Amino acid sequence: MSEATTLSRRTLLKVSALAGGGFALSATMPMVARAVGAEAAAPAELTAFVTIAPDNTITIIGKNPEIGQGIKTSLPMIVAEELDADWDLVRIEMADTNMAKYGPQLAGGSFSTPMNWMPMRQTGATARAMLIAAAAQKWGVPVASLGTEPGKVVEKASGRSATYGELASLAATMPVPDPESLTLKDQADFRIIGRAIGGIDSPKIVRGEPIFGVDTQLPGMVYAAYERSPVFGASLKGADVEAAKAQPGVIDAFIVRGNGKADELVDGVAVVASNWWLANRARSVLKPEWDNGEWASHSTAGYAARAKELMDGGKAAQVFGERGDMAAALASAAKVVTADYAYPFLAHAAMEPMNCTALMREDGVMEMWAPSQTPQGGLASVAEYLGVPPEKVIVHITRMGGGFGRRLNNDYMVQVAAIAKEMPGTPVQLIWSREDDVRSDFYRPAGWHRLTASLDADGKMTGLKDHFVTFDLGDSPFNPALMAPDTFPAKLMDNLLLEQDMLRTAIPMGALRAPNSNALAFVTQSFLDEVAHETGKDLPTLLMEIVEGAETEPTTMGFTGPTPGFNPDRLRAVTRKVMDMAEWGKPVADGHALGFGYYWSHQGYFAEVVEVSLSDRKQVQVHNVWCAGDVGNQIINPFGALNQVQGSIIDGIGQAMQLAVEIEGGAAKQSNFHNYPLPRMPMTPQIHIEWVKSDHAPTGLGEPALPPVIPALTNALFALTGKRVRSLPIDTSLFA
Amino acid sequence: MAITVTINNETREIDAPGEMPLLWALRQELGMVGTKFGCGIGMCGACTVHLDGQAVRSCSLPLSAIGDKKVSTIEHLAQSEVGQALQQAWLDEDVMQCGYCQAGQLMSATALLNKNATPSDAEIDAAMQGNICRCACYTRIKTAIAQVSRKEDTVNV
Repeated sequence: MSEATTLSRRTLLKVSALAGGGFALSATMPMVARAVGAEAAAPAELTAFVTIAPDNTITIIGKNPEIGQGIKTSLPMIVAEELDADWDLVRIEMADTNMAKYGPQLAGGSFSTPMNWMPMRQTGATARAMLIAAAAQKWGVPVASLGTEPGKVVEKASGRSATYGELASLAATMPVPDPESLTLKDQADFRIIGRAIGGIDSPKIVRGEPIFGVDTQLPGMVYAAYERSPVFGASLKGADVEAAKAQPGVIDAFIVRGNGKADELVDGVAVVASNWWLANRARSVLKPEWDNGEWASHSTAGYAARAKELMDGGKAAQVFGERGDMAAALASAAKVVTADYAYPFLAHAAMEPMNCTALMREDGVMEMWAPSQTPQGGLASVAEYLGVPPEKVIVHITRMGGGFGRRLNNDYMVQVAAIAKEMPGTPVQLIWSREDDVRSDFYRPAGWHRLTASLDADGKMTGLKDHFVTFDLGDSPFNPALMAPDTFPAKLMDNLLLEQDMLRTAIPMGALRAPNSNALAFVTQSFLDEVAHETGKDLPTLLMEIVEGAETEPTTMGFTGPTPGFNPDRLRAVTRKVMDMAEWGKPVADGHALGFGYYWSHQGYFAEVVEVSLSDRKQVQVHNVWCAGDVGNQIINPFGALNQVQGSIIDGIGQAMQLAVEIEGGAAKQSNFHNYPLPRMPMTPQIHIEWVKSDHAPTGLGEPALPPVIPALTNALFALTGKRVRSLPIDTSLFA
Repeated sequence: MAITVTINNETREIDAPGEMPLLWALRQELGMVGTKFGCGIGMCGACTVHLDGQAVRSCSLPLSAIGDKKVSTIEHLAQSEVGQALQQAWLDEDVMQCGYCQAGQLMSATALLNKNATPSDAEIDAAMQGNICRCACYTRIKTAIAQVSRKEDTVNV
């Protein structure tokens, strides 16, 4: 659960390189890019994020990629608040990829809110201060005699005023105030932050206007499909490109050699046509020959069997967390509880299949339109692949039809660059089929755990052991297959032994919404529920016992700025809140049962209760989910916030009930929505959400509501049936 | 040989093979990109259009199968009263997250309400279950449909 485990270090390194070093936001984010010699009638740029036109229209730059998390609306809301703007006059423009001008631009890790909360407030306040300074100069009055009302500077005593539009060009010539000198608004005075504001692009979306990456249209554009090996780790021996070239509509077909990095470019065959459907159809005649090396024998079943052998074999290869004397705790235990848990590979399956558009321009610049969660990292990867300096690559950020972590990897960007560089002057749009998407993902790693708890005669937990079997992802800079040694409740155990074995693999793995946590919440909260049951209590009671006497950990400097450590009071508050909401402990309807789950991830504390029953055919039915969340002292946009939590909960239920990618013959068996069945409307439960406000700056909501719903569901099924779900997805034959 | 199709009340000539699904003709032959590609096998509903008022999956509808039937797409939705009401309800409820599937959701919802102005909860589920929303905005989609259907109800009374 430490921040370090959820952050892509590769991305960090790449964007740091672009910035020429340091990554500290305050140091690298320029607050102001001055308009020099601006014409009075032209819009004036007051800061890198704020431009004001004479007609009072305010353009605010949305800096971070929009994947549906609402950030293109919420970050400009923060700027507009401190600017004291009239929201009705605000326009939002998506930034291009530009580290020097906008600082880090990424959509991942629920980072955007904590990372940008203060800088966005400061940039708004900077522009406001410059507008006030302009009015003071114009009227020859002291700054202190002036204030603002939405969209205008007002002299307090006389009531005279000037609109921001009238003042903007003069304001742009004012000295840039020191960030330390800025007065930020009192939270009680917020009138934009905290308001339910609809997504800024929504009117375009309901009209079907072009807005997503795959909607990019350029004159003379052609479409590409990419054939790659279904077996991960394979290399291409050859393919019949001439046969593909003879297919209707096909413009070209050629072999592309990988660069040895699965997250950038693997071997394949590009087929380019006047229409993507024609390009994709022509793949069927390529008859590619692959060298699968050792990898075609790999399978989920094989990994699972090996994991069991390793766990049965006793001592694991590595210890990654140890405290006290676990062996002694077990030897002296009054009771020992042990259980094996497992979870599968998962695909992301964002609705908009992977795609990217690229044009190799005559001036040697690769211009790209990229639906990427890490466009700065993608830019760096493309520049490196092409062997050109970063300024020879331009990346326009498009809206994305979902991300969920898939678009943190930019393989489709490098792929289209490899194709477009062969066709200078012709824009190329690469599109993946859904089959390509499901079968060429960076999967949520599968994993296996053997957990053991020691209990004393009073039923108190005295120690915890986990033998974890995971995958060796080599020198992967971001490793979603690793478990942090401080995963709850490890730090609060007197005796602890966390050990792991690693399996060799070529399966690409990556971050899926709430990486690590989406699996570990299931494992740890289900196992704790087992321990609670063995000692005759419920899970909330056990959690309260575990955190009894625990102290709040100190705030540390993390990737997103000051990051508060674990705070047991926040756990207690969300737990109590959700117990109240769900009337925990009171009788429920006949044939129904409740289950509880808690998790802290991405700086958010969430406790959730799920109400389940079984249908006559023993199918799991989720009726209600109650959710209490603490993401600090302020919900920036209640519309977006509730949407993220509702979506996370349904996403988690879908994962628990019906999703898995199985590896067979070294390839993914699943390929499309018939065998990777995402949740649909009829399985949507009633969802009840309340916020617990704590005295911390607001943090992100893209992820932390997901992890606890999975154990809450499986714990409810135990309460209902007495059968313990220890492997995902839920096998309903357990209840037959 | 060009194929003639009536789309949004306009006659369009499309120079493409008859096996080409309507989706790819709309998006890349005619430049109408509001209709979305999601799965290519009729399983997700992102590509939903109306064919003589019925919701159909354009990824699985070959051009040659359209004949005289009239195609209507998301770009034309605001021309119908129900379509416009649903678009407004989508904004009022702030239905969407990423928004990619919403054109298909709106087309399915419009076809539903055109047939059945006041659907029950179960009828909404049944009509909409072919449309996947990966962000899982189902609660709000349902609320938005119910909102428009209640208005219908009031008008009818």
